[in-house]
Amino acid sequence: MSDNTLNLTLRVWRQPNRNAPGKIEEYKISGISTDSSFLEMLDELNEQLTVEGKEPVAFDHDCREGICGMCGIVINGVPHGRGNSLDTPTTTCQLHMRKFKNGDVITIEPWRAAPFPVIKDLAVDRSAFDKIIQAGGYVSVPTGAAPEAHANAVSKLKADRAFDAATCIGCGACVAACPNSSGMLFTAAKITHLGLLPQGQPERALRVKRMIGKHDELGFGGCQNLGECAAVCPKSIPLDTISQLNRDLIASLFKGDGKH
Amino acid sequence: MAAKKPEDFFRIGAEISDKKAPDKPIDQVWQTRQFEAHLVNPANRRKLTVIIVGTGLAGGAAAASLGEAGYNVLNFCYQDSARRAHSIAAQGGINAAKNYRNDNDSVHRLFYDTVKGGDYRSRETNVYRLAEVSASIIDQCVAQGVPFAREYGGLLDNRSFGGVQVQRTFYARGQTGQQLLIGAYQALSRQVDAGTVKMFPRHEMLELIVVDGRARGIVTRDMVTGAVESHIGDAVVLATGGYGNVFFLSTNAMGCNNTANFRAYRKGAYFANPCYTQIHPTCIPVHGTNQSKLTLMSESLRNDGRIWVPKKAEDCTKDPRQIPEEDRDYYLERIYPSFGNLVPRDIASRQAKYRCDEGLGVGPAVTEIDPDGNERQVRRGVYLDFAEAIGRLGKDAVSAKYGNLFDMYAQITGEDPYSTPMRIYPAVHYTMGGLWVDYDLSSNIPGLYVCGEANFSDHGANRLGASALMQGLADGYFVLPNTINDYLADALSFPKVSQDAPEVVEAVTAVKDQIDKLLAVDGERTVDSFHKELGSIMWEYCGMERREEGLMTAIQKIRELREEFWQNVKVTGVNEDFNQTLERAGRLVDFFDLGELLCIDALHRRESCGGHFRAESQTEDGEALRDDKNFLYVGAWEYGGEGGKPILHKEPLVYKAIELKQRSYK
Amino acid sequence: MAVTGLVLIAFLLMHMIGNLKMFIPVYVNEVGETVNEFNHYAEFLKQDLLYPILPKGVFIWIFRLVILACLVLHIYSAVTLWLRANRATASKYTVKKTIKQSFSSKWMRWGGILLALLLTWHLIQFTIVPTLAGDHDPRSLVIAAFQQPLFVAIYVAMMLVVYLHLAHGFGSAFMTLGANTSPKAERVLRVIAHWVAALILVGFVAMPFSVLAGVIN
Repeated sequence: MSDNTLNLTLRVWRQPNRNAPGKIEEYKISGISTDSSFLEMLDELNEQLTVEGKEPVAFDHDCREGICGMCGIVINGVPHGRGNSLDTPTTTCQLHMRKFKNGDVITIEPWRAAPFPVIKDLAVDRSAFDKIIQAGGYVSVPTGAAPEAHANAVSKLKADRAFDAATCIGCGACVAACPNSSGMLFTAAKITHLGLLPQGQPERALRVKRMIGKHDELGFGGCQNLGECAAVCPKSIPLDTISQLNRDLIASLFKGDGKH
Repeated sequence: MAAKKPEDFFRIGAEISDKKAPDKPIDQVWQTRQFEAHLVNPANRRKLTVIIVGTGLAGGAAAASLGEAGYNVLNFCYQDSARRAHSIAAQGGINAAKNYRNDNDSVHRLFYDTVKGGDYRSRETNVYRLAEVSASIIDQCVAQGVPFAREYGGLLDNRSFGGVQVQRTFYARGQTGQQLLIGAYQALSRQVDAGTVKMFPRHEMLELIVVDGRARGIVTRDMVTGAVESHIGDAVVLATGGYGNVFFLSTNAMGCNNTANFRAYRKGAYFANPCYTQIHPTCIPVHGTNQSKLTLMSESLRNDGRIWVPKKAEDCTKDPRQIPEEDRDYYLERIYPSFGNLVPRDIASRQAKYRCDEGLGVGPAVTEIDPDGNERQVRRGVYLDFAEAIGRLGKDAVSAKYGNLFDMYAQITGEDPYSTPMRIYPAVHYTMGGLWVDYDLSSNIPGLYVCGEANFSDHGANRLGASALMQGLADGYFVLPNTINDYLADALSFPKVSQDAPEVVEAVTAVKDQIDKLLAVDGERTVDSFHKELGSIMWEYCGMERREEGLMTAIQKIRELREEFWQNVKVTGVNEDFNQTLERAGRLVDFFDLGELLCIDALHRRESCGGHFRAESQTEDGEALRDDKNFLYVGAWEYGGEGGKPILHKEPLVYKAIELKQRSYK
Repeated sequence: MAVTGLVLIAFLLMHMIGNLKMFIPVYVNEVGETVNEFNHYAEFLKQDLLYPILPKGVFIWIFRLVILACLVLHIYSAVTLWLRANRATASKYTVKKTIKQSFSSKWMRWGGILLALLLTWHLIQFTIVPTLAGDHDPRSLVIAAFQQPLFVAIYVAMMLVVYLHLAHGFGSAFMTLGANTSPKAERVLRVIAHWVAALILVGFVAMPFSVLAGVIN
């Protein structure tokens, strides 16, 4: 808690729609409490713009507690932003203004990647991620067909690793940070989550082939193992999930059930 | 102008009752109903279209299950992906009567705990079924690959949660809701791939289409292009969540709204028990006027933290570590010596409010409008202190137990809870009320089904911890797919509805008219400023404690605010665009009306029960006092027309399997 | 990409060992023959390896074809990846920071192009021209070349680019093949990559510098 307030210069990407050209617009905003979140600061900007009769800045957000994955803005060149420090990654909604200094100039841009076209201003279309999951990111178990929960024991180590991968919130920061706009970390998180559990085994080979096929088809770039994705992931999905994906992919080439 | 008596605000209609639950002993009701329900031949299912609004645990699970069954499903959500529904934010866990701990748990005990926790205001048959299917939910989720917490032996771990005495809560760290939702989302994605479910993300339902008395479709607005479209089907399922955002500040997501439910209400669906709202005691307090939402921290913190405020008002601005022990008031331990800091949610919440009202709150002073219309500065926060626990268990042990919650607190407040006490304050969290449904989850409009938090059915006046996830998935996976067929069995003989049917055209026109009307006002005040004001009225008069005259004041204030809204709101931009201001304005229109209905329901229910506390109905110790003689019923409200009074239909509650008791936590 | 890259790295290591034979001076053995280890090695590679399984001089062509194929496939994969990346990143940030990406990884593509050019020059100088001229004394050829500071400078520059390419490429290849099993494994791979790259850099530049300094003559 503090009583400090900030005066800031915001350089915000404004783009009316998907096909129109966009540009950076500059706004001054003052009296921002250091206790407010970054999105609350944008709320205030929008209140100010509305009162001035200008169009507010469009941005996606929902739960504002760092779990839904809806928010995502590149702040000063870093997806989800870090303020003036480069410590642990977070979601945009969990970035607080105390990370900034009075007088800061903050550049605010949308995720930029061809598979994530801009809808308006800072909001982008991430439906490509849904399509990757639809290509195989599931276990085929119809409702009611499940065996008793204790039928399969799962080693705690594997369950914990699967959980780490399963915490992906699908925000797209990995793609936004990647110099190749690759969606490998997102895809690998699901492959790893399901691939480590006994329930995910029957479809393992087929899953990795279909999901990577869809990933490439949707226009995401390839992986160079640069590590930018994991460095901005708000859920700290580790880079080694990508190696897990690669192992599964190589293994699937030698398995009959990898065909479909 | 203001009416003087509560009775002036509503009319009384005919009593109603559930006609679907067979009259059998409670443990045979569900299997009898499943057997008696009419079936739809698999070959006919693909000829039937089910519209499902919402993709959370209830909606997502229902869409996946009905898609698998072979129906043609259209699934809508306002988010950009089905995976983002607010079920994702649930932290604690999900209950199931598995009795894996060998500690006397059973379907009957889960049923009993849920009815008792709901303060005997829920329908017995529905709750029993919830407990019955709970075990299958865990099986289903595990098979989907939900990574529940496990022990070293590889089997599932359980914990005790929400004040019950058995360990029946399954959990996935502090992210159970996320993992369950991702499981449902994966099942849904599989059906999208199979072509049985068609997804409509970034589509908001703005009207219900009723033809010949049956729900036959919805009108949506494409939130990217602004296109207002009608969708026709054979049944409509609303799984649109709760209405906590009527308070503006709540733990709900920013987009959570009640428009779909309220549009159905305006078309004749009954809205039941809106006054049952749950306040969660351990949330991070408000930091200032631009606060946009509140963040919940797991209640488990109260297991080791001690709650206190300074005894002297002048200490409230001091560093809490400098306040000596004798100047601290550990008020819960003082008032409730046997339960102490673990008293139920509503009691802990109310006591925190009293302390702050008395001027003993801590943290930043926030501007409020008092009942006389004057501005006042109030500190809304109490300390939750871990110094004693750290001394007793050591910092490492406390960190192992609560590390992620402490990190979250530090991230949001910038304070270190290991060295300085946390500040907490209650916040609106869950709403037990919702559209009235029968045993089949059908509303009183044939063909309109309601699942999850959006209906009123299972939690009575108060919801137990780890039961929301259970109910959402029970409805979506196991209940609705076994009841909706009873209605759809006849649906092939319904007349076809075309896009230019008068009822469809009328619904589309109504939506477009409201949009035009909102854009035409072109006033001075922003949408959010109205929403914040509505929220502060609701919180002040209809929050943790409600009184007759306060509620009538609130209704009057809401009406005035709504009037001003239509004169002076500023909605920028045009409809044919991605226009988030327009979206919020439309939702607020329905929140005004819902806020009023909520106050009327609270006004009429002159008893305290669960999440509804009427100051006039309390024991000498200040505890909630139920009035079973006069209020043992579900209050289902029928829309009374524009400017008309809502009509109250009572559904008497009959308890056959459980005996009514008054709770006590002293 | 990964497989061909690793084959090429293996080739570089072998090539390096050959080069280091330059440090063995020409000497006269006990029976009075003049022994030129480097030239002998070169001759062995070109004529005698796998003889008599294969006729003399055949293996070197198979070997060259394999290396060339790896090179072509490596470049083909790189170009494909680059084109995909270009399509995927069509719109650019006005401000973009990198957090984790190493300096060497930023040089993979332009460095690769530079490397292809320098390699062409290298082959012309030390393989194509001498072969066409029928020169059979590579040792003298190498010494003559590296007595000129300009050639040493170009050669060292080429090896620096190789260093950068391998400092990322070696570890990355293993990650692509699935060897990154934990954050620790990732750190180990990245460190090993730097050591392998450094070994190759030192192994290759030691000889030209020695020639320039007159240690080898």
